[in-house]
Amino acid sequence: MEPSRIVSKKSLGPDVTMYRISAPDMARQRKPGQFVIVRISEQGERVPLTIADADPAAGTVTLVVQAVGKSTRQMAMLEEGSILHDIAGPLGTPTRIERFGTVICCGGGIGTAPMYPIAQALHEAGNRVLSVVCARTAGLLVMVEEMEKVSDEVLIMTDDGSRGTKGLATDGIRMVAGREPAVDHAFAIGPPVMMKFASAVTMELGIPTTVSLNPIMIDGTGMCGCCRVTVGGRTRFACVDGPDFDGHQVDFDELIKRLSTYRDQEHAAMEHFNGGCRLTGSGGHGSEG
Amino acid sequence: MAGAGSPDRGDMEAKDRLAIPPQKMPEQEPAERVGNLREVPLGYTPEMAVLEAKRCLHCKRAVCIEGCPVGVDIPGFLAAVAKGDFASGIRIIRRRNVLPAVCGRVCPQEQQCQLACTVGKFHHDPGKSVSIGRIERFLADWERETEAVALPGKVPSSGRSVVVIGSGPAGLTVAGDLVQLGHSVTVLEALHEAGGVLVYGIPEFRLPKAIVSREVKFLEDLGVEFRLNTIAGRTIPLDELMREYDAVFIGSGAGLPRFQGIPGENLLGVYSANEYLTRVNLMRAFDFPNSDTPIQRGGTVITVGGGNVAMDCARTALRMGAERSIVVYRRSEVEMPARREEVHHAREEGVEFHFLEDPVEITGGPWGWVNGVRLVRMTLGEPDSSGRRSSIPVEGSEFVREADTVLVAIGNSPNPLVASSFPELETTRWGGIAVNEATGQTSVRGVFAGGDIVLGAATVILAMGQGRIAARAMHAYLSTGRWEGLEEAIGVAGTEIGSRVLV
Ligand SMILES: Cc1cc2nc3c(=O)[nH]c(=O)nc-3n(C[C@H](O)[C@H](O)[C@H](O)COP(=O)(O)OP(=O)(O)OC[C@H]3O[C@@H](n4cnc5c(N)ncnc54)[C@H](O)[C@@H]3O)c2cc1C
Ligand SMILES: Cc1cc2nc3c(=O)[nH]c(=O)nc-3n(C[C@H](O)[C@H](O)[C@H](O)COP(=O)(O)OP(=O)(O)OC[C@H]3O[C@@H](n4cnc5c(N)ncnc54)[C@H](O)[C@@H]3O)c2cc1C
Ligand code: FES
Repeated sequence: MEPSRIVSKKSLGPDVTMYRISAPDMARQRKPGQFVIVRISEQGERVPLTIADADPAAGTVTLVVQAVGKSTRQMAMLEEGSILHDIAGPLGTPTRIERFGTVICCGGGIGTAPMYPIAQALHEAGNRVLSVVCARTAGLLVMVEEMEKVSDEVLIMTDDGSRGTKGLATDGIRMVAGREPAVDHAFAIGPPVMMKFASAVTMELGIPTTVSLNPIMIDGTGMCGCCRVTVGGRTRFACVDGPDFDGHQVDFDELIKRLSTYRDQEHAAMEHFNGGCRLTGSGGHGSEG
Repeated sequence: MAGAGSPDRGDMEAKDRLAIPPQKMPEQEPAERVGNLREVPLGYTPEMAVLEAKRCLHCKRAVCIEGCPVGVDIPGFLAAVAKGDFASGIRIIRRRNVLPAVCGRVCPQEQQCQLACTVGKFHHDPGKSVSIGRIERFLADWERETEAVALPGKVPSSGRSVVVIGSGPAGLTVAGDLVQLGHSVTVLEALHEAGGVLVYGIPEFRLPKAIVSREVKFLEDLGVEFRLNTIAGRTIPLDELMREYDAVFIGSGAGLPRFQGIPGENLLGVYSANEYLTRVNLMRAFDFPNSDTPIQRGGTVITVGGGNVAMDCARTALRMGAERSIVVYRRSEVEMPARREEVHHAREEGVEFHFLEDPVEITGGPWGWVNGVRLVRMTLGEPDSSGRRSSIPVEGSEFVREADTVLVAIGNSPNPLVASSFPELETTRWGGIAVNEATGQTSVRGVFAGGDIVLGAATVILAMGQGRIAARAMHAYLSTGRWEGLEEAIGVAGTEIGSRVLV
């Protein structure tokens, strides 16, 4: 089997990088909402990353990755042409795409990247796609142009007002829903806190809502249970039963807590990594973010 | 004793054989071994192996063979070892068992071949049976270390191709058998390493990973192609596999961890056994931060369960720095399904056991971190249908044991991933794949299955046994194209592989 390579790499903003990776089987099979698991080195952890786009003819998948810790920073240091140690997928149950009517697609921060293939599929399925693309500040907005191509309308929101309308994702959802006679379904992908509040708002507005959860994972095949989340009072494994779930049923507080399980170790790993980079002089850019 | 004349079986009286003391296997000292991940039993020396082999009485009716799920010619290989002919010994084992270094370490011999052994019966102590497993392990290690046994010669290609889903012991057995019958074999494995539970579940200190990778390498040398990171049904759809290969074997294992469904199981610091062991074994969390995967260390660790998996968790916890490692089990010690040897090792290392206690809740403290397990005391009732005594809670007996980490080791169910992407495949009530036991045939033509995905969580040797049955039937299917009445075709197809005969 051919090893998977980084075919191209492009910076989308501070700490956010878009990679095109050769993975022909995955490029062919992937459906919106699915993810891959990547391992950067022999000692690497298994990092789940959503497939943001794919080109079956070229045999590539596109990943958009925010450098938040050791593994994602190490990935950002790989050059074009580098081989990924491992890539497996596509994993997860694809997003349910149907003709809902009018849908809101709300992407927060890096969450716009996984939202893109879903918005695209919804658009192709004949929905009126109203997108809300949000970030803390203008520089952190990603894939706005792509979203514009597959949406009937795009509302841009930034917390600080540096681009588009000033406000949070929830404000954006209220604005769009407020001027529509009916919204049939909403999709929200972003940081867990954003999905929690977005779901609270759509609950209030009576709009059924799908969210895509990002718990800590290992195998991604249902074998370890590390990714368990509580949905409607039941334990589900996000890697096989999800990652999409009914946002009105998800216990977000539990998800947020579980994501912090290894905070101390993650910090230690980062220190260790920066130390190693300084020693070998290979340039640890760990503190640039 | 080793020098006492020719070791040939005829030259020694039964009473002399019975007088040889059982050979103990040297082990790392408990205090030392909890500080490392190296293997606990160190293996026999050649002298020990020869002496132990001479203890075999070569009974007319070899009850040990009847106890072996794959029917290894045990007296045959013991006779070879007694003569010091290790090369013949290992060859005899390999005729029936493709993973001797693994089986010599993890098979429950005390419930199989060694249970029936006449020597043990004579001493009124099954613990004094001939240590068949240790000798098997010795031979496999000797073979590996001396690189004594050459690869079997290439067989002519049959022109037929087979795909094996899952690289656990069932899949490896099928791959090894079919490649030696001339079929082209591709093994798909979802994870980034081949071996199934042998690499992600069973700890290094019981089964060094180098041994598993060596067995995988052996199959690669025979011509088996391994495609890692490849999820059948996801990376490649099953209908595509069925089109591209002449037959399919599903050996996808019982990798779905069970939880009790009690409150608190999603608190921080609560792990399934699979997650905990996978972090340490497959992901090398023991070497963090040189490896990237973290794990919770130190403190008090409570493991819930009484099987081998629970013993592996409790012993691994000690190696991850636990100050106390406690096992709670809802029945009494005699009902515990774990191997005696593992329980003994765990006790020696300082694992504490509490019997007749069942968790009713996992309790949490600030920010959702686990801080204990609420348990109810149990009492034993009448034996249930399986003959095991059921356990009944004692009302009003609840109490809390404090814990920083809780490991849930109460069992695994068949992995639903393949069956769920394959609606035509008939499954059983408990989610396993339904097969014809004599052939491993599923409800779909050309598709066979075996191992834990059929049996539910079982053992390495049973998974291999099923792999063997399926390989035989697959060969017959590939040779004759017959699906109905395949059993009859098996004899006709002939399953001679070089010196090896599949039975
Ligand atoms: C289904 C899924 C899809 C995802 N898609 C994307 C994506 O498209 N782009 C992107 O940038 N990120 C994505 N993530 C998140 C990404 O996997 C984590 O940011 C990454 O694993 C962090 O690793 P690290 O070593 O760089 O940081 P660390 O310092 O290890 O962790 C930073 C934070 O990331 C989370 N995290 C850590 N390890 C894991 C893990 N093994 N699995 C999941 N989360 C973890 C934790 O909350 C942690 O606090 C996705 C996660 C999931 C589960
Ligand atoms: C911790 C632990 C300790 C144990 N100790 C012992 C012991 O001491 N002695 C003993 O005899 N038995 C022991 N067992 C049981 C024994 O390991 C199993 O019975 C045996 O491994 C089952 O083999 P298998 O080939 O059916 O499946 P597995 O070993 O489970 O392998 C299945 C493989 O299939 C892969 N897979 C699943 N789905 C797919 C897919 N769709 N595509 C590709 N690959 C897929 C999985 O990733 C896995 O690698 C233990 C089990 C555990 C968990
Ligand atoms: S990541 Fe292991 S079960 Fe989901």
